[in-house]
Amino acid sequence: MKNPMHFQLNGQAVTLDIDDERPLLGVLRGELGLTGTKYGCGAALCGACTVTADGQAVRACKTPLRNVAGKSVVTVEGLMHKGKLSALQQAFIDFGAFQCGYCTSGMLMSATELLHNTPHPTRAVIVGHMERNLCRCGAHQRIVMAIEAAALQRRQLA
Amino acid sequence: MSARLPLERRRFLQLLGGGIVVLVGLGPDALQAEEAAHLVPEDFNAFLVVGENGRVTLLSGKVEMGQGVMTSQAQMLAEELGVALSAIDVVLGDTDRCPWDMGTYGSLTTSTFGPALRAAGARARSTLVSLAAGRLGVPEAQLLVHNGVVSVRGVPEKSISFGALSQGARMVRVVDQPAVLRAVATFQIIGTSPVRLDAIEKVTGAAKYAADIRRPGMLYAHLLRPPMHGATRTSLDVASAERLPGVTVVHEDDLVAVLHADDESAALGLAALRATWALPDATLDPDNIFEHLLATSPEPREVTRLGDPMAAHKLAVRLFETTFHKGYVAHAALEPHAALAEFSRGRMTVWASTQTPFPTRDGIAKALGLPISAVRVITPLIGGGFGGKSAFGQAIEAARLARITGKPVQVAWSRADEFYNDTFDPAALVTIASGVDPAGLVSLWDYSVIAAGTRGTTLPYAPPNLRIRSSGKLFETAGTEAPSVHPFAVGAWRGPGANMNVFAAESQIDIMAAALGIDALEFRLRNLTDARMRRVLQTAASTFGWKASTTPAAGGRGCGVACCIDAGTYVATMAEVQVDLSSGRVHVLRIVCAEDLGLVINPEGARMQIEGGLTMGLGYVLSEELRFHGGEILDRNFDSYEIPRFSVVPRIEAVLVHNDTLAPQGGGEPAITTTGAVIANAVYAATGVRMLRLPMLPARLKQAMLAQGIH
Ligand code: FES
Ligand code: FES
Repeated sequence: MKNPMHFQLNGQAVTLDIDDERPLLGVLRGELGLTGTKYGCGAALCGACTVTADGQAVRACKTPLRNVAGKSVVTVEGLMHKGKLSALQQAFIDFGAFQCGYCTSGMLMSATELLHNTPHPTRAVIVGHMERNLCRCGAHQRIVMAIEAAALQRRQLA
Repeated sequence: MSARLPLERRRFLQLLGGGIVVLVGLGPDALQAEEAAHLVPEDFNAFLVVGENGRVTLLSGKVEMGQGVMTSQAQMLAEELGVALSAIDVVLGDTDRCPWDMGTYGSLTTSTFGPALRAAGARARSTLVSLAAGRLGVPEAQLLVHNGVVSVRGVPEKSISFGALSQGARMVRVVDQPAVLRAVATFQIIGTSPVRLDAIEKVTGAAKYAADIRRPGMLYAHLLRPPMHGATRTSLDVASAERLPGVTVVHEDDLVAVLHADDESAALGLAALRATWALPDATLDPDNIFEHLLATSPEPREVTRLGDPMAAHKLAVRLFETTFHKGYVAHAALEPHAALAEFSRGRMTVWASTQTPFPTRDGIAKALGLPISAVRVITPLIGGGFGGKSAFGQAIEAARLARITGKPVQVAWSRADEFYNDTFDPAALVTIASGVDPAGLVSLWDYSVIAAGTRGTTLPYAPPNLRIRSSGKLFETAGTEAPSVHPFAVGAWRGPGANMNVFAAESQIDIMAAALGIDALEFRLRNLTDARMRRVLQTAASTFGWKASTTPAAGGRGCGVACCIDAGTYVATMAEVQVDLSSGRVHVLRIVCAEDLGLVINPEGARMQIEGGLTMGLGYVLSEELRFHGGEILDRNFDSYEIPRFSVVPRIEAVLVHNDTLAPQGGGEPAITTTGAVIANAVYAATGVRMLRLPMLPARLKQAMLAQGIH
């Protein structure tokens, strides 16, 4: 279907007049020029393409564009706030929670969703939530520590 | 001077911009002789440029694929040159600008390229100091370098910055006096763990990988792949694909591709192609492959012999003979291979995810019949390599398509393409006959390996009678061509061959210790004279809290140890596991790994490599074994091919054993090579069951336990 469709992308209104059956991933990376969201499997198996839509983590590779109509989509490029890294982004740096960085966008977006819904996650909850995000470099334990630290920091600020 | 430069060098210098280009003559101390033939220009390498603004550009053929060498190389240069880390810009893997390099693999960046880079920095510093001496009118001996400023000792206001020194006409300094490296005790940047230079871009999505490069008018290409290796195409119908709006179909010899201005439309076009294939017979599978390897591999040839192994067979008071197996393993980097090629005015520029920018350049030139000077490979950040990105088929595909279509073309492999085209870690077998003398020391080590090569066969122990034999191609270099014994391509995989060899050797040592009723750590220490290895083992033991034991536990919980020397680094790893006796599933509870890797440039980076390696290793040890049917790769995505996930990863503690007087050794690979044995040994301690084949899939362990009456 070719319908003009509207959604918010990282706080900006976007109108697109393209086939809304196309997966969000290709549109983000192509037309919209936001290449921070990655392709890893194309089958909702790795999490590299994770973005949030109305706060809910979705796999952009398997999300048709029409699914985000009227929603507020946030990608890794939208995590900074007023030029400052989010607590999670900063914690990922502080704990060395990435090596090649290819999984990082998806990890950050999944973790953002987690902390949004569960401000006080236990380690087991973090592990359970991140289970479907893959990292081949083996940054896992540092990712978990970074999420714990970001959660703690948000609590202290709150 | 520049008027006399050959054209190549002039273009090269133009690309580097103004300032002082420091060309370093390569003495035998700098790079290996085999590399000297490839140097551009001729016999000098530019490692760095000091810009007129005082910024320093580091030029290196070593690429960043997660291992942190962007930062560690900058640390080495900053230290030797005498500038702040923040003053350094890093250019990696650009074949027009960076010194020739054979590729980033073998854990060699810090150990082999590092000395050359540090020497270049030190020589550049002394050049700048002598320039400053002229400008300030004081002897060099009275000058100090700090943060990119040369000042007169005791008269700090009398100074000149590197930027000011490089202003004016470009100077090319050929520095060939011996390098005087900074002393370890004076290090300010080496040995620290600054924030990675690629950190901000990686957490903000700004980091660019090959598939993120955009050029005006570019097309996305998807390629037709045969259903299995060895298949030949018997028909091709492109009509329905060509009817799709905006689609271009390219068909040239073996190359069949569908291109479109957006990625998914190209993929849909590919799905609309109709092809038929003649398929070869498929008989091989993950279980019968070992018989096949035994039957088809050439007779193992002797690589090493010490003492009289034949006589030692007869003299040993106990003989142990064991055969070990391991299946094919995929690289499965999270970033599939990608490249963007642009052909303009006779020059081909290719942005590629590659561990081997220069061989990639040469390969593209050869495949397209272009002179090497007409091809430039630029390497963006790489989303994981592990040896898999030494192969560069995607770059050739993109270059061919760019030339045919006249447009910039991106080839980004799908996950299925990535599995299909992977150069897998080969399935392999090892047979060991070992013996002990009356004192309980290892007296014989008769070792034979098929298909894994010899890396990892050098023992830390010193049995007096030793024979190492090996059959099959070695994967210690970037060679990725499939030897005929395998049904598809195989190649170097993080710690090539050593994963298999260390699994076998360190399992065998454990088998001997258990049979003799000696604690596994104690048995190793008794047989070790190498002080470095003893120290590393003891460090691991005290951090881990190793408790001596001589009989396996019954409850499914136990600890294992393994050690090795790889890439010059000494490694000792200990792990505790809990085996679920009903399912055969192994839960790794914790791992401690101690490493002596000589002088450490970036301790946090080194620890991350250890943690990452051991985590990755849990895959080939517990869950990863490629499923195939002849040349058909059955695993095509992460649903069936199980790489380690969060729930699998235990607490991993990496301990660096200080050894600053030794030059830096390899860091990316050594730890992973101990994973097989440390887990197998822990599983034995937990159950009394000895697993001789990797991976230890739950069903296999369950079956082995049942066979021993454990359930
Ligand atoms: S690319 Fe979408 S989940 Fe892997
Ligand atoms: S950091 Fe490389 S895949 Fe996670």
